[in-house]
Amino acid sequence: MSKTFRLDGREIPFEAGQTIMDAVLAAGGYIPHLCHNPEFAPHGSCRVCLVAIGGRQVSACTAPASEGLEVESDSEAIQATRRAILQMLFVEGNHVCPACEKSGACQLQAVAYYTGMLAPHFTHFFPHRSVDASHPDFIIDFNRCILCELCVRASRDQDGKRVFAISGRGLDSHLAIDSPSGRLGDSSFAAGDKAAHVCPTGAILPKHRGYETPIGARLYDREPISVVGDVRAHEEEVA
Amino acid sequence: MSDKPRIATVSLCGCFGCHMSLLDIDERILDLVGLVTFDRTPLTDIKRLGDCDLGLIEGGVANAENVEVLREFRRRCKVLVAFGACAVNGGVPAMRNQFRLADCLRESYCDGIGVHNPGIPNDPEIPLLLNQVHPVHEVVEIDHFLPGCPPSADAIWTFLNELLEGKPIRLPYDQLHYD
Repeated sequence: MSKTFRLDGREIPFEAGQTIMDAVLAAGGYIPHLCHNPEFAPHGSCRVCLVAIGGRQVSACTAPASEGLEVESDSEAIQATRRAILQMLFVEGNHVCPACEKSGACQLQAVAYYTGMLAPHFTHFFPHRSVDASHPDFIIDFNRCILCELCVRASRDQDGKRVFAISGRGLDSHLAIDSPSGRLGDSSFAAGDKAAHVCPTGAILPKHRGYETPIGARLYDREPISVVGDVRAHEEEVA
Repeated sequence: MSDKPRIATVSLCGCFGCHMSLLDIDERILDLVGLVTFDRTPLTDIKRLGDCDLGLIEGGVANAENVEVLREFRRRCKVLVAFGACAVNGGVPAMRNQFRLADCLRESYCDGIGVHNPGIPNDPEIPLLLNQVHPVHEVVEIDHFLPGCPPSADAIWTFLNELLEGKPIRLPYDQLHYD
């Protein structure tokens, strides 16, 4: 007999070694997340998967499941904290949805919809960041990078290339590219790399395909992320 | 005097797309006219703002006149709404924040392709541009936000009805968009 815990009152079975996130996704449930991808070791950095257990907030992607836990996720208090985290992510970069090729298939946007975020609330940083279009097949728009490190992990752990790293500290943290010029076109990055297909936002985008699926007919235009899940599972359909 | 709520609307640094979307409520505008009285808005062409119950602000804050008009709306309106993407977060016009204002002006009026009689306009009647474009909540207190570029007619209709009925604003999933 498998053990269980409860998510917002719903019984969730789990196996030894699974995190709360693993078990909930396996049971067809949803806890919002940006830096989490089941193919990679949990990172616990974006904090939008936070849930409450006995009044204490933990990230569901790193907290081990255990027998009899009462996990609170879909409450107004938790959603409000997630909204504040998302608002900070929005004002820290330059996320201009009406002018973004990824709009409608962007996990940052979809998770913000899920939490009911209507506005960024905080004062915008409007940071000066660049766009790197030096690669023939892919573009990197640093304005949209949320430092989830999925490309870093994919390039290191699956592609065996270490094309990406996070450099700097605090507000100066930024995505760095391993090439003599620091540009993507001079790195060993290739369109078939895992790292090219894990970005939850519009920071790493394929070229020449921007509007193949029109705005308004995209994945999260049709269904909420809590129903259809992460964008990478639908990549062929929406890219 | 009617005791219907008075509504004022304005487009600051926007494209009037949100106002066009308001007109997209089609024949429901007749219901709306039954519910409210329009004060200053591009729809009535009333120039001076009176005391209002509700103000809808389209567009971000890009120049000195936008600041003055926005502050006047805040003084006159009991409830102020950031109406559409540019008011909510600066939107597309705020993409100029990546560049120095002087460079933007030089590109537009001096060095750009197809410019005739180059020279940066300096007529005193032209409002001075701010260094950056700002969302309206960075300049005055805002009571409600309605995102979208533009918010759909249905979203506007849901929003106005719930607001006028004093209910909490709950947009259905297909009416909540940032694009």
